Amino acid sequence: MSATDSKMRLLIIEDDRESADYLAKAFREVGYVADLAGDGEEGLVLAESGDYDVLVVDRMLPKRDGLSLIGALREKGNRTPVLILSALGQVDDRIKGLRAGGDDYLPKPYSFAELLARVEVLSRRHGGPTEETTYRVGDLELDRLSHRVSRGKDELTLQPREFRLLEYLMKHAGQVVTRTMLLENVWDYHFDPQTNVIDVHISRLRSKIDKGFERPLLHTIRGAGYMIRDGIR
Amino acid sequence: MTAFGKLIRTTAFRLTLVYLFLFALFAASLLGYFAWNTRRLITEQITSTVTAENAEIADIFGRRGLRGLVFTIENRALRPGSNLYLVTTPTGQAIAGNVGSLAPGVMAATGWSETAYRRLDDQDKADHRALVFVSELSGGFRLLIGRDLDERKRLFGIVLKAAQWSLLVVVVLGLGGGVFVARRVLRRIDAITGTTQRIMAGDLSGRLPVGRSGDELDRLAENLNAMLERIETLMLGLKEVSDNIAHDLKTPLTRLRNRAEEALAKSGSEAEYRHALERTIDESDGLIRTFNALLMIARAESGQARGNMDNFDAAEVAHGIQELYEPLAEQDGMTLRVKTAPTPLRGNRELISQALANLVENAIKYGKPTPLGQPLSADAVAAPENREILIEARREGDQVLLSVTDRGPGIPEPDRKHAVERFVRLEASRTQPGSGLGLSLASAVATLHGGELRLGDAHPGLTATLAIPAGLGVSDALAAQTPDVPQKIA
Repeated sequence: MSATDSKMRLLIIEDDRESADYLAKAFREVGYVADLAGDGEEGLVLAESGDYDVLVVDRMLPKRDGLSLIGALREKGNRTPVLILSALGQVDDRIKGLRAGGDDYLPKPYSFAELLARVEVLSRRHGGPTEETTYRVGDLELDRLSHRVSRGKDELTLQPREFRLLEYLMKHAGQVVTRTMLLENVWDYHFDPQTNVIDVHISRLRSKIDKGFERPLLHTIRGAGYMIRDGIR
Repeated sequence: MTAFGKLIRTTAFRLTLVYLFLFALFAASLLGYFAWNTRRLITEQITSTVTAENAEIADIFGRRGLRGLVFTIENRALRPGSNLYLVTTPTGQAIAGNVGSLAPGVMAATGWSETAYRRLDDQDKADHRALVFVSELSGGFRLLIGRDLDERKRLFGIVLKAAQWSLLVVVVLGLGGGVFVARRVLRRIDAITGTTQRIMAGDLSGRLPVGRSGDELDRLAENLNAMLERIETLMLGLKEVSDNIAHDLKTPLTRLRNRAEEALAKSGSEAEYRHALERTIDESDGLIRTFNALLMIARAESGQARGNMDNFDAAEVAHGIQELYEPLAEQDGMTLRVKTAPTPLRGNRELISQALANLVENAIKYGKPTPLGQPLSADAVAAPENREILIEARREGDQVLLSVTDRGPGIPEPDRKHAVERFVRLEASRTQPGSGLGLSLASAVATLHGGELRLGDAHPGLTATLAIPAGLGVSDALAAQTPDVPQKIA
């Protein structure tokens, strides 16, 4: 999907051999270099020595648990983005994980699509400055300061929330963003709605930015989420 | 441990021993003080009478000479009693009195002394003791006047005996009382221990015996019973959850398995396999959602989520949820309207948002006016005011009410209590997607905050209300928020 220029380096610290192997294989298939560590101590040593773009850390590990590993890394000034995987999917647990220095949190069981999308976003955030004032995808342009959106010559009128939704999508242009990522980052809710509430917001946004234009920019990625990009997959 | 060993190890018995020692000490010192004072009093009395008699006899000797002295002494010596008299010549020869023998040297020194003596007329050979006063008369004669000290000794004996007896009585009564109290306490403790052991063995319905005296043991038993009550409720809840999980998760799991098996058995095209796999993933996603919701409910009900409480405005939550669900409602031809006043609240914001979201989702799913359930014309069904869902946040007394009102068929009164239970999906809703956990999660969240979920009739329609106590520290929250208001406006 992405990770084209130079290969992304990923360290997976997970004690369950089978899921670790599955993850490593899946990440290698989409072009990552994926290393494995089976316990907290080994993971800490590897994370300190290797130059990784993202760490995927299981919350409960033998020898040294995930949160303490992250704490030790951060204490030594290592800022590598960390995604925490945890079987404890509750709100306070997530907060605990983020407080310990994690950058994102994904409760088990997760889909690989969700994990991949989040890892991509984390590595991009780490890689370079994305805090530009103007985002451009094809002929779609979003000005973060004046809150103006235009496509080609047309000025588009968006509701504040639609603006934030588009802003988040364009910030991660070319990357898949999942429904939960949108709910977390655009609405700041961390629960799981039983309905397709995000899809409705997306289809509204789509009707504003894509309707009547020849090239659609906002794409649905089946089984994963959405992506904004110029050109058809 | 033997029964006796258990008894003497009780706190009551040990306390008794301490008190016993204190009482014995008290009795002994009291009697000692009494004895010492009596002895002093007797000695004083002897001294004063002897001094007076000595002066009297010296006077007689002065007036009537040796004859008068001897006569008086002989006369007095014959009287019965414990008085001692002796007159000696300058050479030390006894010439009058009733003293047979004295300790050597007593007559040599004048003044007070204590001595052993024997009377002249004494038959027994035992020595007695006496307090004597020796004075020298003119011409070298010496006069001894004394009193026997037996009385003092006897009195001392009486006191000693009294001390022994009272000590004995104190010890016997004290030990007896201690054993009695200790056994009483021990019996009650044994009853409590017995019950707790039965409860630990698995009989959660057991309760500790509570007496009528209302003492500290009764209060302890009452508190422990309240605790047991809570534990039993939690255990029942847990059992109910696991029963429900077993029952309701098995159905989709079976479906999942059947589908996989079917796909495997049929040799289909790649597209067919793909389709089967996609449906499998969808089904397992649904399972995970149900499972998460169940865990959330269990956690809310057990009170674990009590951390993470902060102060916020329920009106903001209402607006946030309206904003999130408004497009969904519109897609279904409904509208969401919010009516709020600032309603500060202390609680878990995330959980309350989720509870309200569930109520709104329910209203969107089931709150459409239907001509079947109600005597409504087709026009009425289409009328905009009947396709409106109202979200309200307001304060009523100490409570914050967050309610969602729809114009749908509502829930008939007898079904309302039932509707809150886990996995219950009323007949009308079977065709709609959902886990059937929405209302029970909302109810659990309300319970967690010390409130409740109320289902009422909106004539027509359903009003689902989260009634939550505004909570402690709300006045602080108001105070803290007030200075912010002008800044927000500015």
